[in-house]
Amino acid sequence: MDKFDTLTGIAAPMPLINIDTDMIIPKQFLKTIKRSGLGVNLFDEMRYDDDGNEIPEFVLNQPQYRETEILVAGDNFGCGSSREHAPWAIKDFGIRCVIAPSYADIFYNNCFKNGILPIALPQEQVDILMKDAEKGANARMTIDLESQTVTTSDGEVFSFEVDPFKKHCLMNGLDDIGLTMEKVSAIDNFEDQASQARPWV
Amino acid sequence: MSPKTLYDKIWDAHVAHEAEDGTCLLYIDRHLVHEVTSPQAFEGLRMAGRQVRRPDQTIAVPDHNVPTTAGRDDPKNMTEDSAIQVAALDKNAKDFGIHYYPVSDVRQGIVHIVGPEQGWTLPGMTVVCGDSHTATHGAFGALAHGIGTSEVEHVLATQTLIQKKSKNMKVEITGKLRPGVTAKDITLSVIGATGTAGGTGYVIEYCGEAIRDLSMEGRMTVCNMAIEGGARAGLIAPDEKTFEYCNGRPHAPKGAQWEAALNWWKTLYSDDDAHWDKVITLKGEDIAPVVTWGTSPEDVLPITANVPAPEDFQGGKVGAAKRSLEYMGLTSGTPLKEVEIDTVFIGSCTNGRIEDLRAAAAILKGKKVAVKRAMVVPGSGLVRAQAEEEGLADIFKEAGFEWRLAGCSMCLAMNPDQLQPGERCAATSNRNFEGRQGRGGRTHLMSPQMAAAAAVTGRLTDVRELM
Ligand code: SF4
Repeated sequence: MDKFDTLTGIAAPMPLINIDTDMIIPKQFLKTIKRSGLGVNLFDEMRYDDDGNEIPEFVLNQPQYRETEILVAGDNFGCGSSREHAPWAIKDFGIRCVIAPSYADIFYNNCFKNGILPIALPQEQVDILMKDAEKGANARMTIDLESQTVTTSDGEVFSFEVDPFKKHCLMNGLDDIGLTMEKVSAIDNFEDQASQARPWV
Repeated sequence: MSPKTLYDKIWDAHVAHEAEDGTCLLYIDRHLVHEVTSPQAFEGLRMAGRQVRRPDQTIAVPDHNVPTTAGRDDPKNMTEDSAIQVAALDKNAKDFGIHYYPVSDVRQGIVHIVGPEQGWTLPGMTVVCGDSHTATHGAFGALAHGIGTSEVEHVLATQTLIQKKSKNMKVEITGKLRPGVTAKDITLSVIGATGTAGGTGYVIEYCGEAIRDLSMEGRMTVCNMAIEGGARAGLIAPDEKTFEYCNGRPHAPKGAQWEAALNWWKTLYSDDDAHWDKVITLKGEDIAPVVTWGTSPEDVLPITANVPAPEDFQGGKVGAAKRSLEYMGLTSGTPLKEVEIDTVFIGSCTNGRIEDLRAAAAILKGKKVAVKRAMVVPGSGLVRAQAEEEGLADIFKEAGFEWRLAGCSMCLAMNPDQLQPGERCAATSNRNFEGRQGRGGRTHLMSPQMAAAAAVTGRLTDVRELM
């Protein structure tokens, strides 16, 4: 998995609440059996019209946001389906960090498995960052995972919380399965005991 | 011993390893797999040279993108990309030796209907699937999580999930439901009350008289939508109804093992003085037949209400409501009962079970549909067969419904069953997101009897007027 330590980049504002996974990547793009190549269809139905032409008003189609690496959004980002195609599409587009007041649970977890950092901050702080993001390409935000801070283009600093284990894995690009495999004897023991206690399982 | 909730008890029975910071390896009893979220996981296993740790506890069925029309066991009758995903699942099931129900098997159906039907889902188990509506299995008092594809791979390889414990939330529905009010109205009303993020960070246990009174089918409908309320899982404590449903299912324990299982299952309830981090109580009598008006499952109103205005809301919801109303093509102040529809979809893992079909058929008997298109998609081949045996299929067909084969179908429209832009659908599924049932399609969520009533009148309808 890709490591994440620091990131300085363009932030795009998406001041919508409940941005769901069907918006992030509509189902017609779930028929792939690969993880890559979904970036062109990120936010497909908001981004392209019925004939497949770009809708100029959509934020990621605007010249100053084409190189977006950070997304600032409203409450409950990523609600809906468990599809990991959502973070795959976000990452494939080049976005490595999302900032929102809150996230849906499964999406939040899926981000960490794909080298994306989802940052949750209080609404007032997200409002400030949203304003900063609206400045376009001149306003580069900096994310520092080690020190757990977001710095606006004006130098204002906000601290965020992140689970220490998830942070460790993200900073070191660690693969969950590899880590769990190291504890295989604990799983073996559990299985032995469980097969006695609940043999019907 | 300190008092525990049902969630605490199931959790404690499945922790295989706990790190100092509380990160746990939760052991998984049942892993359900479908064609859309698994190919990349199996590919990952192959690339790393890993095996499926417990193929005997892993069950696969294609459901999300399969056609629901005849002849589908021939891949030529599928779109090319669907055929590729189904073929990948066929191959992965065979190569890794996991249980499999192909489209040609009468037991095939929506993964969350097949699991309980075949007795794979049992009380006290941990169940995962790469699908958010895995919450459905919570109706059995099983701890059931939806997971992403990386986690699917993790469970395949290790039979565990990395988890931190959620908080406990109790949702109590007291008293009795009024006529015409169903499990779907309960679960939608709860989301209407808490919002789609109200359950974030929690596992919900549904309890109270109105929940106890529900059949297993109804309980599955309630738990199915726990995820729409943001919760990690929804649970209902098992009772005699649960045990009776499980008894005799193909993969349920038998004989002495059944007795042993029953003994443990009977301990699976929340202790009286258990701690709850959040409690919500609704009165069963206060719940009305509801429909959604917007593009979030929290946009719920009684059918007797009018389309709201953005100003009725606060904060970010003002803009969201405005966008929803535009997308849905609705004018504030219009009575919901005057909203005309052109499509009816009865099915999905929320409401594709036999009881749902019976309820819809009871409304449709002897009537004709007044919409452009109406379809019933049974949740599994076995539900379909039973409905045919009971004469329900004939009622649907005579009323003008298409009688389809089992699958997810127009719930997420990954197969050819899709709405056209601007079409308005009365749906028994669980999501009304923009584009969910087809680009530009407009979805109103409701119970099967409400969808049947809408089919008959051609507009959103209060089912009580037809009862
Ligand atoms: S019926 Fe709908 S919600 Fe249920 S598993 Fe299928 S797509 Fe998901």
